[in-house]
Amino acid sequence: MSRNLHSTLLYSAALVALLLAGLMLPQWLLFLLTMAASHGVVGLGLIVMMRGGVVSFGQGLVFAIGGYVAGLAATRYGVTDAVVLVLLGSAAAAIAGAIAGPLLARYRSIFFAMLTLALSMVLYGILVKSSAVGGSDGFNVPRPSLLGFSINETNSDYAFFALSSVIATVLTLLVTIYCRSSRGLLSLAIRDNELRVEYLGTSVRAAMAINFIIAAALGGAGGALTVISLGHIDPNFSYWTRSGEFVFMAILAGHASAPAVFLASLLLELVRSFSNKYFPDTWQLALGLFLLLIILFLPKGVGSLWAKPERLPRQAAEKAKQAAARNATEAAE
Amino acid sequence: MDLALTILIDGAIYASWLFIVALGLTLIFGVLKILNIAHGSFYAIGAYAAASIVGLFAAEKFAPAFSLVALLLAAVAVAVIVGPLLERLLLRRFYGRDEVLLVLVTYALFLILEDVSKLIWGVNPYYVTEPYGLFGDVSLGSLFYVGYDLAIVAVALICGVGVWYGLNRTVLGKIVLAVIHNDEIAASMGINIGKVYLGAFTFGVFLAALGGAFTAPMISVQPGISVGVIIVSFAVVIIGGLGSIGGAAIGALIVGVARSTAVHIWPAAELFSIYLVMAAVLIFRPEGLFQRAVARRI
Amino acid sequence: MTKGTYRRVMTAGAMLAAGLFAAGAAQAQQTFKIGIVTFLSGQAAESFGVPAWNGGKVLIDELNKGAAPAPYNKVGFGGLKIEPVVIDENGGATKQVQELRNLYQRDNVDFVIGYVGSGDCLAVAPAAEELKRLLILYDCGTPRIFEDAKYDYVFRTAATGTMDNVALARYLKNSNVKIEKFSMINQDYAWGHDSRSDFIGAMSSLYPNAKPEADLLPAFGSGQYGTEVSALMRTGSTVVHSSLWGGDLQAFILQSAPRGLFKKATVVLSAADHAVPPLGDKMPEGAIIGARGAYGLMAPKSALNDWFWKIYQDAYKVYPVQAPYRMVQSILGVKSAIEKAMEKNGGKKPTNEEIAAALRGHEWDSPGGRIRMVNGNGHQAIQDIAIGKTKWNAATKSMEIVDIQRFPAECVNAPAGQKGQDWLKAGMPGAKC
Repeated sequence: MSRNLHSTLLYSAALVALLLAGLMLPQWLLFLLTMAASHGVVGLGLIVMMRGGVVSFGQGLVFAIGGYVAGLAATRYGVTDAVVLVLLGSAAAAIAGAIAGPLLARYRSIFFAMLTLALSMVLYGILVKSSAVGGSDGFNVPRPSLLGFSINETNSDYAFFALSSVIATVLTLLVTIYCRSSRGLLSLAIRDNELRVEYLGTSVRAAMAINFIIAAALGGAGGALTVISLGHIDPNFSYWTRSGEFVFMAILAGHASAPAVFLASLLLELVRSFSNKYFPDTWQLALGLFLLLIILFLPKGVGSLWAKPERLPRQAAEKAKQAAARNATEAAE
Repeated sequence: MDLALTILIDGAIYASWLFIVALGLTLIFGVLKILNIAHGSFYAIGAYAAASIVGLFAAEKFAPAFSLVALLLAAVAVAVIVGPLLERLLLRRFYGRDEVLLVLVTYALFLILEDVSKLIWGVNPYYVTEPYGLFGDVSLGSLFYVGYDLAIVAVALICGVGVWYGLNRTVLGKIVLAVIHNDEIAASMGINIGKVYLGAFTFGVFLAALGGAFTAPMISVQPGISVGVIIVSFAVVIIGGLGSIGGAAIGALIVGVARSTAVHIWPAAELFSIYLVMAAVLIFRPEGLFQRAVARRI
Repeated sequence: MTKGTYRRVMTAGAMLAAGLFAAGAAQAQQTFKIGIVTFLSGQAAESFGVPAWNGGKVLIDELNKGAAPAPYNKVGFGGLKIEPVVIDENGGATKQVQELRNLYQRDNVDFVIGYVGSGDCLAVAPAAEELKRLLILYDCGTPRIFEDAKYDYVFRTAATGTMDNVALARYLKNSNVKIEKFSMINQDYAWGHDSRSDFIGAMSSLYPNAKPEADLLPAFGSGQYGTEVSALMRTGSTVVHSSLWGGDLQAFILQSAPRGLFKKATVVLSAADHAVPPLGDKMPEGAIIGARGAYGLMAPKSALNDWFWKIYQDAYKVYPVQAPYRMVQSILGVKSAIEKAMEKNGGKKPTNEEIAAALRGHEWDSPGGRIRMVNGNGHQAIQDIAIGKTKWNAATKSMEIVDIQRFPAECVNAPAGQKGQDWLKAGMPGAKC
């Protein structure tokens, strides 16, 4: 428990520092950080899944569901509060995850990736066809309010930055705590050896489904956050290239450290934006080369620069060994 | 009756085009376990190379029939140059890594090739219309078709039968099958896995480029042609089962006929018909029609 | 993760941020820095993005030399040189919103001219409005921009897509084409959907007895039209309408012409002029085509048009089609508005608000004719349009456009304050032809 307390304090301090720093940053960077944080939340979900050894290539699915639900709640049902919109988006995506999760929990590796990709493309096809929600052009979403305060032109950049920073920090903390819980540690055990976990009497499928639902809730929150600050949504939220970017972000971060995903997300946004500025004709080439170099030279992600993934399982193993020893002595008595 | 015939013919033509490309995709996955997003780029490069070589032949005043040779030559050239280069310099570094990571590598490759082909060929369109008129017109039912469209069916059949024969009736094919089945055991039996990987990847690139080269006469070769083909050929391999050659054939036929049925009977559902079939297969047989369910790691 | 490492990461982040801030702070003073956003890659590069920027580039070079004919003979914009920053529009609407903000806030451009994709236009308009920065949409055709919302800082210097399809229907009517049944083939995304319903709307008032038959919606970028051609050939339609463009249009023409579609039916193509120069003799004769304005081969004769035609052809060895015309009319419109604003404020570099005020309800001459900001509270342009028929000239070995009919702006555009679709449903009341 003390480790969680320590993390909570550290994250709160980091959040305060971030919010203070935000006051001094130029507006374009604030918006870029907002986008990086919103997308990072989706990547956070992928990290939860990656710890269990699977990668979804279709997080665009839940990203779009969260975004569309938040957008529709704002435009059709007059929901104006940003936090409520994020919660709605997240809840809707979690429900979708709860439907799809148990079906997908059986599959691993490339099959899991392909199935999730296919599901997201099915949603894309539906959205393009749905003229009621703007078809392929999507629709614009009005600026929401934030906990009773109105957001206007002058403070919107900072307000959205603050909102996404707070939500991203809280969610990262929750994910970190979850990863340290026994249920969270189970993912690593599944990643190592599923059968052994099942012989120990735990349902691997249930664990995978729960991870999927958590990832969906995070994806939905990220989608809602993006839509709120961007003011627009269209079916591309569910397109495969979008999902590919999330996977890249998660791989770039590595699953060793949850906060690393935000650094990865920021790095991706910066590279994309600056290659667009300096190589308008060949920005895809620049982005592609960047991806390749990262995969080649940072195979375990930026998170591996400061956190060691091996620490957690070894500690868990220690705990398990102690428990086993205790059981043995109890039995002997 | 006439409508049914038209639907079948249209479906078969579309399926043939799709099959050539999807066959390469499924073969690369089968052997190298790489889901190759850059496959669409190889298709596009094949089309560009066809434009260049056909143009070269036309400048040398070769007879129009030679333009077919030019198409084939283009596909071979792309395969021989691009295949080994990418396999040796790039993909080789990632073998044994996570399959999803490899998808990402090919995604990066897709982005890079998109701009590289723009740097080589520019944005202005190329036309390769010489071969399109070679086979005249054929009348089938109440309609007539360009003979070339039906020639595509023949090309697809040759590719399919050739690959089937090569895999099942030759020693080399058996070696490839052994690697598809289990590369570790194949290696311990003395098979040079590296060579099989190289060969399979190059042949996969050849099939993609062949698809592009033979499509070039009926389209305008310009930026962006790589994107559309990726999604439909992915749908084909998902329906048929990743890595299955029979699956690719059946998947292409299902997609082709579903699409042409939609166009003739319910055109608003054209785009969606492919997704619909894919969704149905995913619900009832998520591993694809022709794929054994994978055993979990022990 | 320890505190030490966290601090290190934070420091690195702060340093990075500080560096970026410094890079963005440098500001241009005595020039007009403008952002240009158009497709440099992807499906729309060949037909729209690249030729549009080609047109913009030669024009800006000439303007900076002060070499354009009157009334555009002042150097740059009102004596201040133009400094363009070009960004690729490829990559989706989310990216466009981010890059638009970067153009305004990081690169400090004075205003932005851009956007071909309807979805992109729709997404970026509120972002510019929120930042109170000037945004000139130069190409996209969706009527939703000013019909669904009101903007102070967003303008569109080209007409909406409504006019393209109304003009096609009027051309058929004026040419006494008898129609019992007609078919359509349009891409399955917003542009195709809008064009399709606009054409049906116009047909229902001009040809109340004509029935729509096949109504095909192939996927965007499909490239394979064999099945669609079969479906069209099976119908009894004597007219086939399409809003296909770019590579899709060229592939459709290459695959349908040999199967006799253009002989069996009159094919009307709302945006096909840009396919004529690359296709050359592969473009079938007798197709009725539009250019989404009076552009290229169908541009009205004027000194300005002759001048633009020459500088474009000298630079690129091909004559200009619709995309460069629309870019040029946008740049000239802003130029004349800026110069109008400078006359008012005594020759200072005008503010966003001053330019916006000058542009609202503005009128100017472009190579494609007179552009008038009449609709959408003076933010949405209307313009004349021309439709013609393709004909091969064996003597010059070039595809020409003959039987050109011109339709005045008020004949084919909805009047101010009325939505295009409502106007079509009501039977196009108040059209002045």
